[in-house]
Amino acid sequence: MMRALKSFGAFWYDFVIGDDWQVAAIVVVALAVTALLTHVAGVNAWWLLPLCAFAALAWSLYCATARKS
Amino acid sequence: MTDLPLILTVFVACAVEAVEALTIVLAVGLTRQWRSTFQGMAAALVVLAVIVAVLGPTITLLPLTALRLVVGALLAIFGLQWLRKAILRASGYKALHDEASAYLREVAAAKAAPVSSRRGVTDWYAFTLSFKGVLLEGLEVVFIVITFGANQHNIGAAVIGAAAAVVVVTVTGIMVRAPLSRVPENALKFAVGIMLTSFGTFWGAEGAGVSWPGNDAALLVLVPVVTVVSLGYTAWLRRSAREASGSGGPVTAMPPAPATESEEVTGR
Repeated sequence: MMRALKSFGAFWYDFVIGDDWQVAAIVVVALAVTALLTHVAGVNAWWLLPLCAFAALAWSLYCATARKS
Repeated sequence: MTDLPLILTVFVACAVEAVEALTIVLAVGLTRQWRSTFQGMAAALVVLAVIVAVLGPTITLLPLTALRLVVGALLAIFGLQWLRKAILRASGYKALHDEASAYLREVAAAKAAPVSSRRGVTDWYAFTLSFKGVLLEGLEVVFIVITFGANQHNIGAAVIGAAAAVVVVTVTGIMVRAPLSRVPENALKFAVGIMLTSFGTFWGAEGAGVSWPGNDAALLVLVPVVTVVSLGYTAWLRRSAREASGSGGPVTAMPPAPATESEEVTGR
């Protein structure tokens, strides 16, 4: 039973998160900060998520290639 | 927004996954027996259709803001993972996915497995391999169909894009009776990654409360910007790979290698 649950969880982790959990974490944090800036500070922060997405991709690529260098 | 970008994105994403599923189905069908292989494929397609039929209408009942926030986040994460893998492959840091070698691996495994009948299926191995292959490759397509379709309130158009891709790939596979190794899979994955990242970023930010300059027209800027940045990252990695190989670093052209555990699970 526990093994089945573990495999089920591992499948969905791989399916949604993939190879690098940091990308997912950066996207979630960026969305939270965007919501805070928009709703609390009144800043229309449309630029924040694209910038964070590009930074997350660059960081993830850097980490992946640095390991192989 | 018109339905065309929606249909095209789903079509390309679905075509990539269908090519990978076709490799498994062909290897099992030609090596073992077609009857059990088709039974497995049909069972998987029924499960996928049920998931779309149940989740599709359910997810459209969610408030639009919440839907866009959650779906946007998932699509952005998904898209960035596709882009990451496509860029690593394009720059030589990761082996290209090779349908021909994947086919040979599947054929070797299918030849070695014993024949056993179970639950009315003559060849259980052929059934389960075909079922799992189509289901796992299809889940990603279902995810894209539901998320894109729900956000545009047009699941029908997304289903049309997915169905068209399955038909095109299946007919081509029947005609050539071989894995479609000439399909530029990495370029297609690169394109899908760009679309998923762009739409995910757009919808996610909208769900978080922002107003995009120009509203939907912002996508016409966002997609090219994501493309240029991704191509820039690819060029950067290619250059650093060349420099590193000049000083004894990583090889620039990796030979095709077996899929990683994550690729076997997700098909990405």
